[in-house]
Amino acid sequence: MTLRNKILVLVAALAVLAAAAAASVLHAADREDQKNRPRSDGPRVTAGTVSLRPGSGPRIVFRSMAWGPHRDELATVAAGDPAGPRTASGVKCLRFYAAAGTGVCLQAERGTMTDSYRAVILDDRLEERAHYALPGIPTRARVSPDGRWAAWTVFVGGDSYAGTNFSTRTAVLDTRTGQLTASLEEFTAYLNGVEHHSADTNFWGVTFADDDRHFYATMATGGHTYLVRGDLAARTVTSLHPNVECPSLSPDGTRVVYKKRVTGLPADAPWRLYALDLATMAETALAEPRSVDDQVVWQDDHTVAYALAGDYGTDLYTVPADGTGKPSRLLTAGLAPAYLP
Amino acid sequence: MYVADSRGTPAAPADAARPGAGRRSAIAPTVFALGTVSLITDVSSEMVTAVLPLYLVTGLGLSPLGFGLLDGVYNGFSALVRLVGGHLADRGGRHKTVAVLGYGLSALCKPLLLVASSLPLIGAVLAADRTGKGLRTAPRDALISLASDPRSRGRAFGVHRAMDTAGALLGPLTAFLILRQAADGYDAVFTVSFCVAAVGVLVLLLFVPSRTPATALPQDAPRASLKAALALLRIRPIRQLTLAALLLGLATVSDSFVYLLLQHRLGVPDRWFALLPLGTAAAFLLLAVPLGRLADRLGRRRVFLGGHMALLLAYVLLLTGWQSPALPFLTLALHGGFYAATDGVLMAAAAGHVPVELRSSGLALIQTGQALARFFCSIAFGAAWTAWGDRTALGTATAVLAGCAVGAFLLRPSAPETKARSEKSTRPEKSTRPDMKARP
Repeated sequence: MTLRNKILVLVAALAVLAAAAAASVLHAADREDQKNRPRSDGPRVTAGTVSLRPGSGPRIVFRSMAWGPHRDELATVAAGDPAGPRTASGVKCLRFYAAAGTGVCLQAERGTMTDSYRAVILDDRLEERAHYALPGIPTRARVSPDGRWAAWTVFVGGDSYAGTNFSTRTAVLDTRTGQLTASLEEFTAYLNGVEHHSADTNFWGVTFADDDRHFYATMATGGHTYLVRGDLAARTVTSLHPNVECPSLSPDGTRVVYKKRVTGLPADAPWRLYALDLATMAETALAEPRSVDDQVVWQDDHTVAYALAGDYGTDLYTVPADGTGKPSRLLTAGLAPAYLP
Repeated sequence: MYVADSRGTPAAPADAARPGAGRRSAIAPTVFALGTVSLITDVSSEMVTAVLPLYLVTGLGLSPLGFGLLDGVYNGFSALVRLVGGHLADRGGRHKTVAVLGYGLSALCKPLLLVASSLPLIGAVLAADRTGKGLRTAPRDALISLASDPRSRGRAFGVHRAMDTAGALLGPLTAFLILRQAADGYDAVFTVSFCVAAVGVLVLLLFVPSRTPATALPQDAPRASLKAALALLRIRPIRQLTLAALLLGLATVSDSFVYLLLQHRLGVPDRWFALLPLGTAAAFLLLAVPLGRLADRLGRRRVFLGGHMALLLAYVLLLTGWQSPALPFLTLALHGGFYAATDGVLMAAAAGHVPVELRSSGLALIQTGQALARFFCSIAFGAAWTAWGDRTALGTATAVLAGCAVGAFLLRPSAPETKARSEKSTRPEKSTRPDMKARP
């Protein structure tokens, strides 16, 4: 083939491939645009004032994923009518949690070269009190029952050629003093009673006790995960039980519900929800037969709520925490709920 | 002197035939074509790499933890595939065919990402992608070495590595621009990535000559076989080079650890963490050509050792705990400089000793040895970090690297043998002129 013909072939192929590439980008942009228009069968969302102040009536605040102009905004619904109309706040969060008038909102910030992420501490009117840069993609967020402590977990990617190498980083913040522990890896860890140092140690999924000092979390090392109990004053974490991820402490502090990796399940959906009695360390399987990849939220001392994949991204479900009953859909197009009194 | 492989060789006949070729010969068009293929392919692969974590977590709602465990397996596998690729390429001089297979396989993996929605499936697609990468690397480096003048091989590899790195830097930017147009448009990222990869394969097919010098080999040339490839280790300079690469690889801490150490020791803010690899890549991009030229002039072994000295200096800087805003930049510049002084330079050095008929296998052998040594070092370093803490682990790595550098220096080959080998191996290279009759 002559050079002229080679260049002709290249130019022709470039034209075809460029057209295909442009079409795929336009198609994706158009599909994304559709999500900004409300769907007739979707939940009704109206803009309004959202408050985290206790005493405004039982309600759920969560990330609303319903199509329309308020997609991904924090919204509230009455706890008694979760499928009812939503009030959207205008504040966008990827992950969110709130308690006692303090909210933590993990959000994406669009930059000129790349997206970055930040954790924003919100007051009860959803006004920003402080913000902190995040080193990766947000995944978990929690606030202590009295609103003083906040914790969050992000996925941190490795270097560019090892893009599949992930680790997590979990930070804990005292919202009163502003003292930030950027990584729980700074705490002294005890594994099976022995002080543990390992470069591969990861933490995720903090849940706070109501004594302003203790918390539970996942510690992963050597290919295993453990439930750890943390002490914010002594800056220690101590392993309690194996194969526990994303624990969530019941309001009465007696049990945690968590996702457990069950052997024999497919590698892409390996988790089932279990409850662990902290006094006896007895495990009970919950009645949710699907794999749940979420940190559950306690609705009260008897029921937990969690997200599963749905038409709009995720829907929220509830199931009794004692292994009885069956799961039921709480609301569609929602993620990261918090129950407000 | 190690430079014997360039100085001891009679002027390459190609130069005499080229009007206007001065003291420094031009970079062969084939090298530019292969550099372009690598640049385009890296744009394609790095745009996927850049969005993959985001896609897994926010697009598919998967937890990618534990996925990293497979990484080591892939790397070991990829090293073995590289040997296979090198061997296949040498049989009948099919460098280009094997390279096309490798690039093509990786290109086909991009649309597969559109349909793979679970971790095991995505893992399988990524494994296939790395198989493609493993297959193509040795024949590509063999083609670069065969197409370039032995005297300026360091520069030729430098040009190729710089183009390759430029693609790696452009890839994430491209992905980001697409996600600007369409948030959550991961399917568009994968589609565009495939289109870009297809252009790379096309450039390879159209503009890299398919005829390799092996076709012009004398009748008595030994047949390429795994046995013959292993027998290369009986050639003293190759054995010494492989040993040196192995020794130094044993003390080369993996990139992730360097970035983690930077963060631990120097308190690099979290939000800059993801940018640290870009610093290394930028230094690699800027220094690849100058250091390649330096290697041609001063000797490749010296520059290769010098690169490890730069790495040693980076370790020492990390150890001192000297606090300065300039320190991360300096460390990353040294880290990128280490790659610029070693990655292409090692191939340029090796090419001078490996006979043409076994060029791919020989290069693959050295690369694999180096990769496995580095892999072993990573595991050992992780264990040392666990047992003794980061400072002691790094101190040990520094001491081991210094020891290995001395050992590698003592392994210098004797000049006469070097000359003899290089004359033989460079003899048929006049046939590497790009011809216009390449099969499309």
